[in-house]
Parts: sequence; structure tokens; C-alpha cells
Amino acid sequence: MSILAKKKKRDGAEIPTSSMADIAFLLLIFFLVTTTIDVDTGIGMTLPPEPDETTPPPPVSDRNMLKILINAQGQVLLEDLPSNVGQIRGEVLTHVQNNGADARYSDSPSKAVVSIKTDRLTPYNLYIQTLDEVWMAYFEIWDTEARSLGFPSYIEYRSDLESGGENVIREKWPAQVSLAEPDPGN
Amino acid sequence: MAHFTKKSKAKPEISTASLPDIIFMLLIFFMVTTVLREQEVQVRTTLPEAEALTKIEQKRYVSYVWMGPEKLPMNRFGDTKVQIDDAVIEDLTNIRSIMYRKLSEQPRLIVSLRVDEESEMGVVTDVQGELRKAGTLRISYSSRRDISNI
Repeated sequence: MSILAKKKKRDGAEIPTSSMADIAFLLLIFFLVTTTIDVDTGIGMTLPPEPDETTPPPPVSDRNMLKILINAQGQVLLEDLPSNVGQIRGEVLTHVQNNGADARYSDSPSKAVVSIKTDRLTPYNLYIQTLDEVWMAYFEIWDTEARSLGFPSYIEYRSDLESGGENVIREKWPAQVSLAEPDPGN
Repeated sequence: MAHFTKKSKAKPEISTASLPDIIFMLLIFFMVTTVLREQEVQVRTTLPEAEALTKIEQKRYVSYVWMGPEKLPMNRFGDTKVQIDDAVIEDLTNIRSIMYRKLSEQPRLIVSLRVDEESEMGVVTDVQGELRKAGTLRISYSSRRDISNI
């Protein structure tokens, strides 16, 4: 009897395998969480609609238009003055925030337009740098505005809007970037 | 005899030891049968660097247009070509109908332009002109984050 009992006890000692499933699930969830699918990032733009013959483009007075011209050699002309890419941001900031103070810059933020004109042979890289500078200027303005509304940054403000509601900052400081038809390069 | 009756009284249990194996089998089955739609890019697109980036969260709205020098064998590069989906577009006026069809399927379409940083503006302008004619006005110049400035 005693021998039989001893044998049975030894048979019953088994490693529990029921938790293996949980371990597998934990592994699966770990890899699901740590895997990131790369998100496409870029500079967003809205192209102007195809012009139709009946309606002429809205007139923009010269002072409200900040003209940026980039030629095939990569030289930048800012309001007809030779310049470089690094100066664009500051110029856009003064142009948009002018509010009619300086006669050379815009009447009001809602009327301010930044126009970028390139040549067919302009390097794409330089065009992106220019566009980047212009957008960074607007981001700077929006960030300042968001901080005055009590948000740490414009991005925070915008994510707060996701639930609905109007983007007051964007309405007050609309980014109006126009891409002019390039000259045919030769 | 007494020994046998005792054994039959023991509570029968279903072995769960093979459950993980079953689940792994299922997982592997689905991994093998799932086909990710992979597009082979036939042009070189080294994206430019920028700071003022926005993320495109809704991936299903995005349609890509690649522009850059065509990849040739022996690590050489040819002329600048435009690629949409799987095909290199030789006649740029075809972009209009392609994009018009895509727009009718997805009215909130965003066209992501993945342009090689060494390209010239000419081809970009031509493609943009076609996009305007098709009515796909929401675009994004795909760029990398400038690492040196962080």
C-alpha cells in the first residue's frame, strides 16, 4: 500500500502548461505595441483650383503680396531684393504681423499672401526649404497665439479641437501661400 | 481490482498544454496567408529634409506619386520619371484621368508627392498642373524630419 501511494504522488507532479497561452499572448501584444508603422510626414498644401476663363483671379494689392522668387541657379529674390533662404522666415513674420503699420508690408493678417515663384530648373530641395521657412513662420505665429489662449503649443490646441469646434487661430491668421506658375526655363 | 476503480474516479481534465500550439498555428496561418500590398518603387526618391511637417494620420486617403531618376541596373540612374501605383507614367497627361478616378473613389484624397531632392521644379510643376486639372487639390510634399536641428 505504501509503495503504491508513493508512486502515485510522483506521477501527479506536472508542470502546469495552461499559462503557456498567456505567455504567447503577452509576447504577441508586446510585439504589436512595439512595432511602429512609419507614418508619412510632409508639408501639406492645397493647390489652387484650375482657373476658368469667366472668373478672373481675385485682385491682390502689391503691398499684401510677399513675392519670393527662386531662379534656376538657386538664388532667392525677396520682394525684388537679392536675399537668401534664411531670411525668408523673418520677412514672412513681419509681413503677416504688420497690420498696416509699414506701407511695404500687408494691411492685415487675413489679407497677407505669400507668393512663391520658381523656375522650371529650380532645385526641388531649395523649393522645399523655402516652403518650409514660410510654414515655420506661420507655425511660430500660431504657437504664440495658442500660448496666449493657454495652450502649450499650436499642436496641443489643434488636438484639443479634434472633438469639434472652430480653429480660431487659423481663422485669425490664415496661411495663404500661393504657388505661381513658373517661367519656362531655357 | 480496487486499484482500477480508484483510477476511474479521478476527475477527467482536458489537457490545455496544446492550446498555445494551436494558437501559434493559427497565427502562422494568418501571417502566411496575408499578403501585404507591396509596391516596388522604380524611381529613386531620397526625400528632402524639412521642419514644418504634418503627419498624415488617415492612411487610406493617401495616394502616392513618386518622382525621381529611374533606377537602372548596375546601380545607375536614368532620366527623371513619374510613377503612380505600379506603373511609370510616360505621358504625364494620363495623370489627370488616373487621379480623377482615384478622387471619385475617395473624395478626401490626399496626394503625397514623394519627390527626389535632386529633382528640378519642372516635373513637379507639370504633375501639379495635372493634379489641378483632375481636381485633386490636397497635396503633401513628403519630407523627412531634419535630424540635425533637434
